[in-house]
Amino acid sequence: MQKSATLSPALPPKAKTRSFSYKGFLPFLIPVLVVVIWQLSSSMGWLSSNILPSPWAVLQDGITLTKTGELPKNMSISLYRATLGLIIGGGLGLILGFLNGMSNTARLLFDSSIQMVRNIPHLALIPLIIIWLGINESAKISLVAIGTMFPVYINTFNGIRNVDPDLIEMGKSYDMSNRQLFQKIIFPAALPQVLVGVRYALGVMWTTLIVAETISANSGIGYMSTNAEDFVDMETVILCIVIYAILGKISDLVAKSFETLFLDWQTLGRSGK
Amino acid sequence: MADTKPEITIDHIGKDYGELTALSDVSFNIEPGEFLAMVGMSGGGKSTLLRMIANLETPTRGQVLFNHQTREESQVVIRMMFQEDRLLPWMTVLDNLSFKSHDTTQQAEAKKLLHLVGLDDYAQHFPNQLSGGQKQRVALARALMSHPQVLLLDEPLGALDALTRRKMQDLILHICEQQELTTVLVTHDVNEAARMADRIVVMKHETNYAEFTGPADRHDAGQVGVVAENVLAAILHDKEELNA
Repeated sequence: MQKSATLSPALPPKAKTRSFSYKGFLPFLIPVLVVVIWQLSSSMGWLSSNILPSPWAVLQDGITLTKTGELPKNMSISLYRATLGLIIGGGLGLILGFLNGMSNTARLLFDSSIQMVRNIPHLALIPLIIIWLGINESAKISLVAIGTMFPVYINTFNGIRNVDPDLIEMGKSYDMSNRQLFQKIIFPAALPQVLVGVRYALGVMWTTLIVAETISANSGIGYMSTNAEDFVDMETVILCIVIYAILGKISDLVAKSFETLFLDWQTLGRSGK
Repeated sequence: MADTKPEITIDHIGKDYGELTALSDVSFNIEPGEFLAMVGMSGGGKSTLLRMIANLETPTRGQVLFNHQTREESQVVIRMMFQEDRLLPWMTVLDNLSFKSHDTTQQAEAKKLLHLVGLDDYAQHFPNQLSGGQKQRVALARALMSHPQVLLLDEPLGALDALTRRKMQDLILHICEQQELTTVLVTHDVNEAARMADRIVVMKHETNYAEFTGPADRHDAGQVGVVAENVLAAILHDKEELNA
């Protein structure tokens, strides 16, 4: 077209460039410094091993427990409980969030009750759940499910309610069906908020599991820690805390990778400017 | 399938929002293939009327007919371009055009339209990588998908700079003429209305309206200026009447 030929030329989408930078190391600086100072303090005798064993001793304890199979067994059972609880709780939160976000009738029916239950600290339900379900798997999985359901619900619900009405109107003006509106507009628009809920739920998932396994379990990392406490096995207690920290960090990285995967459009535009 | 160039009949349309009457009784025809502009003071009901033509709002009174049939009966394809681009930020430019269906026919049509608006090289860009003018060109291309017979423009160029705005006006005029679209433009800019439209309707408060014919030669700045002055005088007269 003659008219369009005079318009500004296209710039190619800017590729993400990878360059060596000290900024890549900054997040690791403090943890590494802490471990180094900790190890030095232990080696110089400034820290008693009864109060805080050295990182090296903790590492050796981890290797021993891995060789005996105790650590892999307890880690796998904890991961199983956490994952299943998150799937059940997060799934329910997602379904209820979408349902109440999309339907005013469902919102009027469910939301008020859900908000009431949400305000009960889920850890306060531990005694009740032990009485009902004992200390078997279903008790711990139920607790994780209850804990993770609400962050996912709240964020999904708000994500749906805050979808730009102009975009929905645009979809309607293009004769989109309700299904198309959901698939093409409502769900993608709500997704950033849903993923915030999932990320928050991952944090709640580990907190709940630690408490549940510490109070009522005969397996899992929490149980391993409580058991070690009984024998004043400080290396194992510290090892369990470190494992929780590492699992939490891995969960956060998984959540971040979801954001990178599904929300790349949010950052592409800014870098393209 | 509806006629290629539908006639639009605004038949005693009225719209109330609770106690407030936005439009009380408006009737006029939009001829097949005509480019009609609606101007007037803010709150005069221009956008409300446009949204009723688009079936985004239901009239309290009266009806909008396409070739003497209701929207459902006529199955006329109407597309609307809004003041904001309303592009889906999570989709590429190409997907924004073919978002209803990703079949090869739609993709081919989308590419053809991107070429028409001069954005062939931007197909894989995301909306927030584009300038305001480019976004509106994508929105225009999207509005032209599925071969619409009626194009509704709700102040689509209001946020653009003067140069981009002029280029977009030319592009829209060219496309509307080429595709013989029945077009309705709502704008606050009397010069834009005078330059683009075959006929200009000045929406006065609630019910009345005045009509002006567009210039014989829209490339003649003098003729455009005269029409714009007349339209502006009608709007000012309406304002004085309202104040009195």
